[in-house]
Amino acid sequence: MRTTAEAPDMEPRTMSGDEPGANGPQGGAPIALRRVSHGFGDLEVLASLDLAVGAGEVLGLVGPSGCGKSTLLELIAGLAEPEAGAIEVGGAGAAAERLGRCAYMPQRDLLLPWLSAIDNAALAPRNRGASRAEARAAAAPLFERFGLKGFEDSRPDELSGGMRQRVAFLRTLLAGKPVLLLDEPFAALDAITRGEMQEWLAGALRTEVRTTLLVSHDVEEALYLCDRVLVLSGRPARVVAELAADAPRAEPRDGAVSAPSFVAVRERALKALREGSR
Amino acid sequence: MSAAAIKRWLPPVVVLVAFLGLWELAARWDLIAEALSIEPFLVPAPSDIAEALWKDADLLADNAWVTLQEIALGLALAIACGFGFALALHRWDLLRRAFYPLLMASQTIPVIAIAPVLVVWLGFGIGPKLVVIALICFFPITVNTLDGLRSVDPDYGRMMRTLDAGRSRILWAVEVPASLPFLASGVKIAAVVSVIGAVFGEWVGADEGLGHLILVAQGQVQTARVFAAVAVLSAIAITLFGLLTLLERRFGWWKPRQPKEAR
Repeated sequence: MRTTAEAPDMEPRTMSGDEPGANGPQGGAPIALRRVSHGFGDLEVLASLDLAVGAGEVLGLVGPSGCGKSTLLELIAGLAEPEAGAIEVGGAGAAAERLGRCAYMPQRDLLLPWLSAIDNAALAPRNRGASRAEARAAAAPLFERFGLKGFEDSRPDELSGGMRQRVAFLRTLLAGKPVLLLDEPFAALDAITRGEMQEWLAGALRTEVRTTLLVSHDVEEALYLCDRVLVLSGRPARVVAELAADAPRAEPRDGAVSAPSFVAVRERALKALREGSR
Repeated sequence: MSAAAIKRWLPPVVVLVAFLGLWELAARWDLIAEALSIEPFLVPAPSDIAEALWKDADLLADNAWVTLQEIALGLALAIACGFGFALALHRWDLLRRAFYPLLMASQTIPVIAIAPVLVVWLGFGIGPKLVVIALICFFPITVNTLDGLRSVDPDYGRMMRTLDAGRSRILWAVEVPASLPFLASGVKIAAVVSVIGAVFGEWVGADEGLGHLILVAQGQVQTARVFAAVAVLSAIAITLFGLLTLLERRFGWWKPRQPKEAR
C-alpha cells in the first residue's frame, strides 16, 4: 500500500515536461502535492497537504462536505495556484502546464443546451481549433463504444440524467488529457442510475487508462471505482485514513459491493469518515 | 379557434369593444365635448377614425412606410451598437467599471430634449430620427445583453478552460449564445419604444412620416386623422413585438429544437 509519506518518491516517470500529453493521454500522468496550503480569507481549507497519485491510478477522495475536496481539484487542475506548497502534474509545476494536462468534470453536467450531444462532447477539439466535422469525427467512435449510439444529435434536454453524465464524461475524455478530475460526477443522479453509471464508468476506465481523481461523498462509490481511497477530515482537510479497494471496478457491481470483504473496507471507511468529521 | 385561445383573448376583446362602444356613444351624443367645453368636431368617434383610416389609407401608408424605415434602421443601429458595447464592457472589466455607472446615469437624459440639437447637427434627413431611435433603444439592448453575458455560471468557464478554451473562445462559444435570449427580450422592449422615438424624431424636424402627419393634421384640426395615424403607429409597434416574439419562439435558443444543420 502506498502512503502519502512517499510523496517525494513520486517523481515523474511517464512524462518529462514536454508538451501536454506528449505521451498521449493513455496511461495517465503522476500527480504530486507537497505541503499544499490554501484558503479563502480567514478560512483555511488546505493545510500542508501531501498527496501522491501514480500514473494510471484511480484515487478516491471522500470527506465531509465543505472539507475542500473541490478546491483541491481546482488547484490540481491549474485553475488556481495554491497559497503555499507545490503541485506537479506529469512533472510540470506551473498552473498553465497543469491546465494542459488535466480535464475536469464538474458535478453538474454543464452541457451547453443549444448544442447536440456530440457537439457538446467534441468541445475540446473545437476549442483547439478543429473544424466542426473533424471534432465530430473524433467524438463519433466514443459514442458508439460508450452506449450513446443514436443519441449524437439529441439535445441535452432530450437526454436522461445518466445519458447527460455520459456525454459530460466523453467531453472530459475527448480533452485528451492524461489526468481526469471528477468532482462528484454522479451526485445529482438517483440511486439506481448512479449504480448503473458507476458500472459504466468502471468499464470506461478499464479501456481508457488515465490518472483519475474521483471526489465523492459516497464511500461505496469511491471504494467501488477507485484503486485507493483517502478519507479526509473536515477543514482544513487532512488524510485520516487510506484504504486499498478490495476489488476495484469488478463486474457486476452489485456482487462486488455486497462481498463481505468490500463491506468490511466500507465499514472502516465510514468509521474513519465519522471520526474525521468531528 | 381553440377553447384555450378563446379563453385567453375573449376578456381583453370584450373590454376593448366596450371601450370603443362607450366612446362612440359619448362622442355621438357630444358628452365628451360638453364635459371638456370644446367644439364637438374636435372629438371624433371611433367610426370617424375608422372612416379616416379608410379615406386616408394611401396617405397613411406612404407616411407609415417612411416611419417604418426609420424604425427598422434605428433599431438595427441600436442592436449593432448595443450588442457591441455590451460585449466590450463584458470583455474588459475596466471598461465596465468606467462606463456602467455612466450608462445608468445616461438614462436620466431626456433624449427627446436633445433631438432639436441633433437636427441642427445632422439636418432634416433621416439622420436625426435614426439617432433618436437608436439612443432610446440602446439602453434596454445593452443592459439586457450585459446581464445575459454575466448570467453565465462561472463553472462553465472553469470547465471550458480545462478543455483548452481561451478567453475569447469562452466568450463566443458559451457567453454569447447564452446571452441571446436576453438580447431578444431587450430588442422586444426596444422595438416598442422605437416607435415613440420615431415620432419624436419627426416632430422636431421632418416633412414626411406618421409623426409629421400627426403634427400637420393637428394644425388643421383634423383630429380623426391624428387618431388614425396614432392607430397605425400602435399597430406597427404591436406587429413588431409580435414578429419578434414569433422569431424568438422559432429560433429560440434551446427551448424548441433548432433546424438541423447540414452535415
